[in-house]
Amino acid sequence: MRRLFDDELAELDADFTEMGMLVSEVVQQAVDAFMSRDAVAAQKLIDHDHEINQREIALEQKTFEMIALYQPVTTDLREIVTILKAVSELERAADHARNVAHSTIKFGSKQKIPGLEQLIGEMGQITTRMIRDVLAAYVNKDDHAARELAEIDRKLDQLNHQIRADSYQQMRLDPTFETGASIYLNVSQDLSRIGDYVTNVCEWIVYRKSGQIVELNPANSDSAD
Amino acid sequence: MSKDILTTQDLHLYYGDKEALMGINLNFAAKGITALIGPSGCGKSTYLRTLNRMNDLIPNVTITGTIKFKDQDLYAPSADTVQIRKEIGMVFQQPNPFPFSIYDNVIYGLRIAGEKDKEKLDAVVEKSLRQAAVWDEVKDHLHESALALSGGQQQRVCIARVLAVSPEIILLDEPTSALDPVSSSQIETTLLNLRHDYTIITVTHNLQQASRIADRTAFFMNGELVEVDQTKNIFMNPAEKQTEDYISGRFG
Repeated sequence: MRRLFDDELAELDADFTEMGMLVSEVVQQAVDAFMSRDAVAAQKLIDHDHEINQREIALEQKTFEMIALYQPVTTDLREIVTILKAVSELERAADHARNVAHSTIKFGSKQKIPGLEQLIGEMGQITTRMIRDVLAAYVNKDDHAARELAEIDRKLDQLNHQIRADSYQQMRLDPTFETGASIYLNVSQDLSRIGDYVTNVCEWIVYRKSGQIVELNPANSDSAD
Repeated sequence: MSKDILTTQDLHLYYGDKEALMGINLNFAAKGITALIGPSGCGKSTYLRTLNRMNDLIPNVTITGTIKFKDQDLYAPSADTVQIRKEIGMVFQQPNPFPFSIYDNVIYGLRIAGEKDKEKLDAVVEKSLRQAAVWDEVKDHLHESALALSGGQQQRVCIARVLAVSPEIILLDEPTSALDPVSSSQIETTLLNLRHDYTIITVTHNLQQASRIADRTAFFMNGELVEVDQTKNIFMNPAEKQTEDYISGRFG
């Protein structure tokens, strides 16, 4: 029996996926803009950030409404809770993309440090891939893919640690690099946080499938905001 | 294994040739609330009525299998139905106070049993009405007709009438389906208070009511017990697809 609830849930699901794609694009653009130091693209991204926030609020309102009106249980409830929780994770991921855009503008025409540049590039690739893949896992209801993605997050954390060590090293070698190195630090931290939020979405994908609340973020994950 | 107060083994019930219960195995530990849910005609009310032999009154009913209350076979030839219904009381869907005063309604069972001690009867009336959470509303009208009360108050007086004979088990057959939300909520609160002292088994079509008040929920379909588990599990993560489909409104 097709229920009105199913139609509304399908709509909610589509809206969530659309927001996910938007966040995925924003992360990709933030990484691209930083790598090419494209301040114009970065500013554009900052200017449009509120659109993602508005979508988050609209999705939250819709989930509250559906919970109140339909009083969903079992898998219905899990679908709704997954969206309600994951939408906040996506919004936060987008906030960190916006931070990367700010860093791009702040970096301006300072001298790049090749070693760090390469590591950030690697992190950018992993992060953008993670956010694309988490959407695929969401759409396909693929909890195995979600668990695998959480493993990839470890690699991101390792790179983050390496960038931190290398940045401090650079600062020690040449104090005039301090501002530039600190920006690398921030970008690395932001990308790492995006990976953590993707991993949180992975946890909700597992929950939706199994009803089990799991912890996929590695215990040693650097969670400083 | 904890000691169950009521056990049902391979219970079959036939209305003539029609098999309405197809081998129910379900046990109840002492105290707490169990909700029986399922679509109309699934056998949940039929099952409830077997638990204090209410189906005896229906012609053409055949029952096989075993129901034991504290190791005593309810369907043994020697079983005393009056005694059984004293220990296993029942509250019905439609509040059914007798056309007497509130006081006489509550002491009905005791009076039939020959109790005449006025002080004792007074005490039982107050205690039962308090337990049924209706004392404060009726204490100044005890000798007025119970029929003058609202539906919700009548139902609580009926619960008090059951409590007055000190049962161990209380069966309820859709006790709130004829009541408005406020009265339903008062009955729910009453049951939540009683569950610490009584074993309560309630049939309900109101799934939210089951999820709000029941410790355990049993899902019946087509005369069979599909699943019984902690209410939380039934409503969050049931083991059976049929259960999930029913409680999320995909059929029924």
